[in-house]
Amino acid sequence: MNIFDKMMSLDRRWVFLFLIVVCVIAYIVPFEVPIIVEPEVRSIFNFIDTLPKGAIMFIPLDYDPGSMAELHPMTWAIVEQCWRKELKVLMTALSQNGPGMADQALRDIADSMLVEKTYNGVTYPPREIINGIDYCFLGYKPYPSMVMLAMGQNFRLPFPLDYYGVPLDSLPMMQGVNNFDDIAGAVNISGTNSTDYWISYAQGRFNFPLAIGVTGVSTAQYYPYLGSGQIFGIMGGMLGAAEYEELADNPGNAKDSMRIQLAAHLVIIGFVIIGNVGYFMNRRQKKRMQREGR
Amino acid sequence: MKQQFPRLLVLVFGAFLLFQFFMPHEKSEWLYEYLLDWIIIIGIFALAIGIWSLIRVHVDKIKNKKIGWQYSYVTLAGLVGFIVFGFTIRNGAEWGWYFPFVLSVVGMFLMIIQAMASRAKVAMFAGLAGVFALTALLIGIFDKAFSFHFATSEGLQAYMFVHSFDFILIPIFATMFSLLAFFIASAAYRAFRARSIMATLLLLSAIIVMLRFNPYLEPVFGSYISQTSSWLMNVPNLAAQRAIVMGVGLGIVATGLKVILGIERKYMG
Amino acid sequence: MRSIITFVAVLSLCVGATALAQTDSVLVDSAGVTPVQPPPAPVTNLQAVDTDNDHGHSITLTWDLSVDDGKGQNNVLSYQIFRWFPSLMDQVDSLRGERSNARSTMRAFRSDIPRAEHALNELREDPGKLESIRFEVSIPADDSAFVLTTDYAITALQDTIAVMTARLPEIKDGLEPLQIRFEEALAQLPEAHNQYPNDGDWEYLGAVVAGNTSYENSGSKDFTAPDFFPDYTDLYYRVEAVSADTTLRSEAILVGPVHSSGQWFHTGKIPVLIFVLVFFVLTVLFVQVAKKGKELYVRPLAGIEAVDDAIGRATEMGRPILYVLGLGSADMVATIASFTILGRVAKKVAEYQTPIIVPCYDPIVMAVAQEVVKSSYLDAGRPDDYDEDAVHFVTNLQFAYVAAVNGTMLRELPATNIYMGKFFAESLLLAETGALAGSIQIAGTDEIAQIPFFIVACDYTLIGEELYAASAYLGREPILLGSLKAQDWAKAAIVIIAIVGMLTTAFGWPGFAEAFHVSG
Repeated sequence: MNIFDKMMSLDRRWVFLFLIVVCVIAYIVPFEVPIIVEPEVRSIFNFIDTLPKGAIMFIPLDYDPGSMAELHPMTWAIVEQCWRKELKVLMTALSQNGPGMADQALRDIADSMLVEKTYNGVTYPPREIINGIDYCFLGYKPYPSMVMLAMGQNFRLPFPLDYYGVPLDSLPMMQGVNNFDDIAGAVNISGTNSTDYWISYAQGRFNFPLAIGVTGVSTAQYYPYLGSGQIFGIMGGMLGAAEYEELADNPGNAKDSMRIQLAAHLVIIGFVIIGNVGYFMNRRQKKRMQREGR
Repeated sequence: MKQQFPRLLVLVFGAFLLFQFFMPHEKSEWLYEYLLDWIIIIGIFALAIGIWSLIRVHVDKIKNKKIGWQYSYVTLAGLVGFIVFGFTIRNGAEWGWYFPFVLSVVGMFLMIIQAMASRAKVAMFAGLAGVFALTALLIGIFDKAFSFHFATSEGLQAYMFVHSFDFILIPIFATMFSLLAFFIASAAYRAFRARSIMATLLLLSAIIVMLRFNPYLEPVFGSYISQTSSWLMNVPNLAAQRAIVMGVGLGIVATGLKVILGIERKYMG
Repeated sequence: MRSIITFVAVLSLCVGATALAQTDSVLVDSAGVTPVQPPPAPVTNLQAVDTDNDHGHSITLTWDLSVDDGKGQNNVLSYQIFRWFPSLMDQVDSLRGERSNARSTMRAFRSDIPRAEHALNELREDPGKLESIRFEVSIPADDSAFVLTTDYAITALQDTIAVMTARLPEIKDGLEPLQIRFEEALAQLPEAHNQYPNDGDWEYLGAVVAGNTSYENSGSKDFTAPDFFPDYTDLYYRVEAVSADTTLRSEAILVGPVHSSGQWFHTGKIPVLIFVLVFFVLTVLFVQVAKKGKELYVRPLAGIEAVDDAIGRATEMGRPILYVLGLGSADMVATIASFTILGRVAKKVAEYQTPIIVPCYDPIVMAVAQEVVKSSYLDAGRPDDYDEDAVHFVTNLQFAYVAAVNGTMLRELPATNIYMGKFFAESLLLAETGALAGSIQIAGTDEIAQIPFFIVACDYTLIGEELYAASAYLGREPILLGSLKAQDWAKAAIVIIAIVGMLTTAFGWPGFAEAFHVSG
């Protein structure tokens, strides 16, 4: 087997090994990757940024731990932006392992709000986030499409109690908040196909401003909805999250991970090139051998 | 009869749901919601059947000492352990006899499994299961360090449940998902070969889209790569996707009609 | 702490439950005001009709603009809409509020009493547990020097338990008469509306900005919801044009009575109905043609043709076949199509006496798949060879399922892996592991994002609708081929209509495309 054959048929374990080595190096060596913000992410940021104080932002989180790395930074950046802007956050988790993720995110972000921070030149004083006043987490119910249709009538139909077992009527934030008519907008952060339901059942039927944050692999699938105006923004994968962090001036895991993603992309491109060089050289060699043989 | 009755049900409910789509009236809505409730109820019973199937497969594995039969114990212990974690809540800061209780319940279950899987000494394992059951019962009655809750909201806050979720399940699932990166790399390496004109086009498109977000190329290529990749995503990619979506939509209608009309019936066995 | 706050709040609500706040309109007596400029002219041609194509509980108002809207005096800022409510409506609201409060208090007490008792017992047994008990004790709000002691906590908990225990039966007993009064009041609502204009008042509903000529007043069909909107009841509306100075408003224009009701047919969906009917006729037609024995040509699909070879290969190698139905539930069309393919595969497998493994993600899917495989073995004349555990449930957690199936692949080294159905992020994880195990792989899914992954990692892939068509290909039964042919014709019709629509719209005649518009 010559070198070109080897280039063509590398054992996949070499690919794995090289990829992990490069990722680890990129993780250890600190360098910052500049972020170019796309308009579809900027529109989400601007939407939230211009909402009046006290408006309710609905953030359905439908992802499992598997897609946490890509989607958790989006949740973090958006919820923190909402709270710093003194907006209220209404949350559901319609994927099976979602409630644990949402609860953890709410607790962690509430903790980070206890510290004074400056974003985009504006200093926000520390603030205690109170359940029932600053946010309401409705929790999980199976069969997402049916839950969405019921929420369109009244949040209390599928969720008479919040995730923590408190009746919605006794939460100050939920006074007079009945259905999608009472929210300013929604950002669905999802690692499952529930986004399809949010677009067709919830937004399609009850017509409220909806943006989405999805995993990188399914981003391309949702661009048609952006074109048709059914969603006003889209954050795709880790990069989308990093762009949002950049806009919110709140660098977190996503921005930090961009250098690793960049390195990984380059490794993949490198291997594709190696494979093709091997393929072409091999073909040329074979042709030459055929000619010589003739 | 065994086949005809289910087919009649499919015809009736399928036709109803088809007509319901055109009927916005409250009464048709009510019937629709009522049927959806039945789906949930049936789903819950089916879960019980599913768990029974899981237990049977693993009992069979243990019984016949198939490859990796030891791990079946781990699976079954995990199944029971997680159920116990979900229904029990620590009352104060003390654990008391909580862990012996959990171990007793798990032990009881494993002994029952062992009794099912064994060809001999069935009585011994059944007896051991009884001993474990008694121990669990006594601890459950007399130990006040923990109590039982059957509401979902309480269960989701149980210390062991939450911590098992946060520190065991989340890392495991994240690991599984991150394997995808390695598999994508190796699949891309094997698949993207410029074997033909079409394959070359695919390869070039893939490289352009991957380079789209590389900020270091901006000074060299300007916005050329970004624009080309946007065009690739929004024109050829979207056109192909819409074609598939239309085909899928039509296929769904066709299959739906075939099922309702009884043309397609293999799914019924 | 939250429990006590909730308790106190709910208790006070119970004692003095009041009607839900509804903003009464401030009707301005224009005679008492001497406006600097004349009020705007009223709207004209005000009409109130039942909203079309809905389940009821909604009225749509339309009007022609006031002559002072955008022209004339140009002083209309908005139109305010009012509805006449009988005073019985307040009573209904108040009873509804009482009923809902009583229910939530009962629920809260039922969960709080055992928790408080538990905390009390704990404190009595071990006073050191004051910091860790799971029920928070109320403390005096006005005493900053207050220090919580175990004795105080025990007394407070005893009091709380006593109050809750005493109130619980009272509330429970009061609930039924409350429900009866509420239902009686609801039943009287249509009659009360008939009394217009006696014993009732106008209430403000909302406003639309100048330039708008319609308003939809809708509410919930659920009579327990605060925004309940009664059907088949006489309703009266009033519209006023209002200027920047809200005291300066036009004469009120009245309309009514009008009823809301649900419709039995959605006229906005007529194009869908026509399409379904046409498709139905085409299907029946082609099935008849096929039944008569006419040869119908269908384009060969490599993926389908490979299935038989793959089963043969597994038999030669003496290794099993792994069939994965995906993550879809049994009601998804992709899963239904997959059942059909499984049936054919299982029949061949039974004939060749090759083992099959079907790990399932959804218990209902598992139950159906078991039946499918069982009957295929029966059809093949080998019912005794059927192994009940061949089709088994694994888990309904995505990545746990992947781990289990990948484990099966690496242990059992199946000769062939078939993935048909709905797949998500797990597609590549499964297919790459299968490739690693050296299996021949055939995949099919309608999940667009996963198709590329299957294409790169599998030997054959059915794209989108090819999955649904697979059963017709495999069986070659005339009826199924006929329905496939109908599908192709329908697709051709859609393409032609789309092209005609594009051309007619481009040439300035959008009417053709609009005729296909579907609403709702």
